[in-house]
Amino acid sequence: MSLRIEAAQLGHLLEVIRNAGYDLLGPTVRDGAIAIDRISQLSDLPQGITDEQEKGLYRLRTQASPSYFGFSAPAQTFRRFLQPPTQTIFWASRDTPGGPLRMRSGSNVDSKLAFIGVKACDLAAIGVHDVVFGCDPNPQRPAADPLIKDQLYGMRRENLLIIATECGQAGSTCFCASMNTGPEIEAGYDLRITEFVDGEHWMLIDAGSEQGDTLLSHLAGRPASEDDLTTREQLLERTRRSMGRSLDTRNLPQQLARSFDSPAWEDIAERCLSCANCTLSCPTCFCTDIEDATDITGRTAIRTQRWDSCFNKEISWLHGGQVRKSTASRYRQWLTHKLSTWHDQFGSSGCVGCGRCITWCPVGIDITEEAARLTAGTEASS
Amino acid sequence: MIKKSISDLLKEHPFFASLPANYIEFIAGCGRNAVYEAGAYLGREGDPADVFFIIRSGLIGIESYAPDEGPITVQTMTAGNVVGWSWIVPPYRWQFDARALETTRVVALDGKCLRAKCEEEPLMGYQLMKAFAAEITGRFRANRLQLLDLYGRAQK
Amino acid sequence: MTGRDSVDGLWAPQALRIANKVQESTDVFSFELELEQSFDIRPGQFNMLYAFGKGEVPISMSAGPPTTTRLVHTIRNVGKITTDICAREPGEEIELRGPFGNTWPLESALGGDVVIVAGGIGLAPMRPVIQALLANLEQYRRISVVCGARSPYELIFREDVEEWSARRDLDFHATVDIAPRGWTGTVGVVTSVIEQLSFEPQRTTVMTCGPEIMMRFTADAFCDRGVPAESIFLSMERNMKCAVGFCGHCMYGPHIICRDGPVFRYSRLRDLLHIREL
Repeated sequence: MSLRIEAAQLGHLLEVIRNAGYDLLGPTVRDGAIAIDRISQLSDLPQGITDEQEKGLYRLRTQASPSYFGFSAPAQTFRRFLQPPTQTIFWASRDTPGGPLRMRSGSNVDSKLAFIGVKACDLAAIGVHDVVFGCDPNPQRPAADPLIKDQLYGMRRENLLIIATECGQAGSTCFCASMNTGPEIEAGYDLRITEFVDGEHWMLIDAGSEQGDTLLSHLAGRPASEDDLTTREQLLERTRRSMGRSLDTRNLPQQLARSFDSPAWEDIAERCLSCANCTLSCPTCFCTDIEDATDITGRTAIRTQRWDSCFNKEISWLHGGQVRKSTASRYRQWLTHKLSTWHDQFGSSGCVGCGRCITWCPVGIDITEEAARLTAGTEASS
Repeated sequence: MIKKSISDLLKEHPFFASLPANYIEFIAGCGRNAVYEAGAYLGREGDPADVFFIIRSGLIGIESYAPDEGPITVQTMTAGNVVGWSWIVPPYRWQFDARALETTRVVALDGKCLRAKCEEEPLMGYQLMKAFAAEITGRFRANRLQLLDLYGRAQK
Repeated sequence: MTGRDSVDGLWAPQALRIANKVQESTDVFSFELELEQSFDIRPGQFNMLYAFGKGEVPISMSAGPPTTTRLVHTIRNVGKITTDICAREPGEEIELRGPFGNTWPLESALGGDVVIVAGGIGLAPMRPVIQALLANLEQYRRISVVCGARSPYELIFREDVEEWSARRDLDFHATVDIAPRGWTGTVGVVTSVIEQLSFEPQRTTVMTCGPEIMMRFTADAFCDRGVPAESIFLSMERNMKCAVGFCGHCMYGPHIICRDGPVFRYSRLRDLLHIREL
């Protein structure tokens, strides 16, 4: 059942969540961008702020609307709170060379996290990571070994509270409608908020879990009317129509699987700087490097896991050389993995249509344009 | 036990699979059975190449002799292979040693006689040349793979 | 706080005592490790061997089962991690975690001809398969093994090779690229030997392990002889780091080598093997 609340109730909701022992993480303005960071109260949210996004362009501006979630994909994603950019896997020590190893964990997961204002694209991305790290609550694809899961990710994920929010407008680099990840949010949340500014400033709020139900019971509101629900439908339809980008996904994985020898990759490589911005801004990228080192005494060793990128040369190291030497091959790995081979590996697309890779590419490479170009002319044959 | 004729032996050999029967009959007329014990040479580097061999069983080493190391084997040939193609092209001399590494049964074919016949009957010459081209191409491919150092590449 | 319980079980290595060390060639060593409890590892699978503070390397099991009290790994000394491990002596320990990956298709090969083609150190992951086949000879038809090495000096498992060569129930071929004096075996690449093998193509399972380029030519040689690509199995190698499919380093087009492999049917690889820089 949907509840209609006054927007100001949101502050009370944050307070209730905080009092339940959660660390609040959500959108907030920092360094001229919407970051995802620790927040504590309503005033930390970017009220009245919206963004402009285009190829290689990101800019905030204020708007007349007092909305709290009136922006599209934030500059940052929630990824780093579930999979930190660097984390210690273990410390190992031995007192004598060749002596027995003593090991201890390097990372503690003791806090409960609440993600506030998770957009449809970013919520879908969490679902994608759940599958990648063996933590999918309803596995669609039988895993090679159901017992294998990323424990640190799983522990953070288990304690996670998700307050999702539906977009009232799409950005010009958005294409979640094409990827079937939005603008409507259907599942995967504890609470779902849809924000409206139409003379009044109000919200529709739905629970998607028992925890969500409990939280909802703390809020003063009234059951949503038919009109309210229709208003939501209209808002989502408006958002769907305002997507700045689109991607034709029919047969896309199959078509891209045949594109590996296309000359288009070389053309993209002429522009691509291999800077890894796209992979670092992407909410579904998950590659990590594993580094082992010792301290100066040689008695203590540490294993560190840190974000890696398919644009780094070292990732494809094999017997003293790199497999993917050229920029063309690395961009090809990135794009075909997101839109094609991800389906083979994890049973879904690896792209959620957030558009961040378009916005944050310093030379303005657009994944939707490149995918369309790569598959142009192959339509007839499929 | 009925002793097989030379033409029967040639017809069974993969090298002659593509050749018409009448040519094989003719070629068989230039052939004889031979057995080489281990260590015996079928051909020596620099010697006139007037004969080639269809291997029925055994193992033949294609070798070159180094003063410090002795014979260096570059390839071994076994049942189904053909040894010797220097008889086709001038100066008709063996380029390597061919030595039996174990008891080896062959059909030895007189190349000198075949050379003349091929000039007279270009159609047969062409068919025979095609069979040799296939053999030489296969051998050349194997040599190229040897140059790649196939196995040393693991865990460089 | 100490103890490994607090470390994610996927990452925590266990230490195994070296019972025996065998030098197989100038730079290849086999280690027999003592097992205190059962370790369920099958032919084709691998462990991640750890060098303290230096890193890990994926190494296949290279002997047995049925020796459940011993785990054997054969390692070529080629980098800082393998150098560290190869320097260890009996009585010392090797830390490892595993097993990971899938297995060679011993079951689906039942009742048919089997051909094993191994190149160089690629014989190590194949030895458990050969041992398993020999232990169940009556369940297979003809069994052939071809192993290639640059020279006889680089041929590993010399005792096994001698024993296999002498067997009448195994069609065994060792072939080298360069033969010094005294070598009485075949000289030439493995593909030349494949042309000579007897098997019934439609009822044959091929398993090959070695450098990718060798496996490619080997697989094509069997296809030329009529063996279906679905019946040819290759063991692939990429930069495996986590060994459980989480780190993304060993991606190979649609496959994650550590999770979906390392053993793949040639039919799932053929198109990929011709893509450069995949």
